[in-house]
Amino acid sequence: MMKTATMVDAAVRFDRAAVALGGRTIWSDVSLTMRPGEFVAVLGPNGVGKSTLVKAALGLVPVSAGSVTVLGRPAGQAGREIGYLPQRRSFDQGLRVRGVDVVRLGSDGERWGVPVPWGPSRRAASHRIAEVIDLVGATGFAAMPIGQVSGGEQQRLLIAQALVRRPRLLVLDEPLDSLDLPSQVAVAALLSRICRDQGVAVMLVAHDVNPILPYLDRVAYLAHGGAACGTPGDVITSRTLTALYGTPIEVLRASDGRLVVVGEPEAPARHADRHAR
Amino acid sequence: MAIFQFTFMVNAYRAGTIVAVLAGALGWFMVLRRQSFAGHTLALVSFPGAAAAIFLGISVTIGYFAAAITAALVIAAVPRSLGGRARSSESAVIGTVQAFALACGALLVSLYGGFLSALTTNLLFGSLLGISASQVLVLLGAAVAALAALAGIARPLFFATVDPDVAEARGVRVRALSALFLVLLGCAAAEASQITGVLLVFALLVMPAAAAQRLTARPALSFVLTIAIALVTVWLALLLAYYSIYPVGFWLSTVGFGGFVLATGWRAWTDRPRPVAAEVTT
Repeated sequence: MMKTATMVDAAVRFDRAAVALGGRTIWSDVSLTMRPGEFVAVLGPNGVGKSTLVKAALGLVPVSAGSVTVLGRPAGQAGREIGYLPQRRSFDQGLRVRGVDVVRLGSDGERWGVPVPWGPSRRAASHRIAEVIDLVGATGFAAMPIGQVSGGEQQRLLIAQALVRRPRLLVLDEPLDSLDLPSQVAVAALLSRICRDQGVAVMLVAHDVNPILPYLDRVAYLAHGGAACGTPGDVITSRTLTALYGTPIEVLRASDGRLVVVGEPEAPARHADRHAR
Repeated sequence: MAIFQFTFMVNAYRAGTIVAVLAGALGWFMVLRRQSFAGHTLALVSFPGAAAAIFLGISVTIGYFAAAITAALVIAAVPRSLGGRARSSESAVIGTVQAFALACGALLVSLYGGFLSALTTNLLFGSLLGISASQVLVLLGAAVAALAALAGIARPLFFATVDPDVAEARGVRVRALSALFLVLLGCAAAEASQITGVLLVFALLVMPAAAAQRLTARPALSFVLTIAIALVTVWLALLLAYYSIYPVGFWLSTVGFGGFVLATGWRAWTDRPRPVAAEVTT
């Protein structure tokens, strides 16, 4: 049931794109179409250029071949309509700045000058900030110094920060990395809810697909040099992954419906697939 | 008050007030950015700067500023990794600059010892006698310029301090802001050095900001508190220095230290673990 996506309504479109950094091709021939409101994961082992793919979508890294279109414009020109969480950053435990202040930076942090703590625009901004903090379930700890809340709580505040300006696309680089498993599941569920309820397209980089697989509309699997994109059921198969890695790979289905990938160049990964049952 | 019958005390209070506001404002960002080591170095390089100015027969104030701003540019030129957080290489360079600056100061002191030795103590530990009316004007001009620049970059600098990666992705020139901040910090360190002496600059750069940030996590409030604490520290220290035989640098550091201890104690008391009802939500 693939709908045809035109150039205009694609949230992100990679068309036979390639990126070379310092003369070395990171990946090439990547084609990916992500529709508005979709939840897409960029998967693959470490070091294959997942973060580079995200940076290419943001226009922070130029493509050496092909094209990248974001929200109907060339990459890098959709600035305010993209919320971006870079690869996990944690806050110094001693940082005495409240979570709400970090969220507020998402609304006007790059503007010159000194913030004026009164006036109608300040009230409107504060209202919106309270709204996104409530949306991510961070109201209870947003007034605490951000260094003193847990990793999962920091991640919620950072998602709120990225959402303040009502972006149409949310790009997250390894947001689940170094969170404990319950926090991973909770943050994945939160992102899915934002994606569905707010109509925000979510592009998420991960190397462990397990906590997010139930929510995914589409995956992009990156391996050394190439990529495979499609629904999880299409991509996480023996044939596709074997072609992608250039080495025999088997995807087995366990009796509970989980997918098990055997023979991956890195450590074997198991995938719980509740889509392709 | 009797002490204001003396011109030197009036000048000391004027200079101290200017310096407290400037050092408090820059110190607040310095403490937040964890750049105290850089701040300390910028203050220390004022020592050879001032010593050289005295040797060359030019204004000591120019010596302080020229040395501190030059050192700020050197530190800012340290290449950083892509993440902008190459702290270890930065601190290695800062340490090197600091050691070299102190060595230059030591050389000047030993070469021209007869003339400098009388002044060395003042350069290192501060003096309130030597501040002239024209020096106050220079301090005021530099402080106004530095504070105006800081006001212009305050919000993106705060963004780049708290969350450099997102700030960079949002188009904030993190690297340029960092360099500009170091230059402004150099100005503040050079100004404060002239009151506190180069060794005790932290009394005004670190202590008020560190105390205020312990008292509250609200950025605007802790910024205002920092300047208030710096002002009280200076005014009180000048008063104590006037009525005692001890140097002003000692009183500044002691008052600042007292404020810091009180703030730390208050924070520890407020954050003490409580047996029940730890999950208080608002």
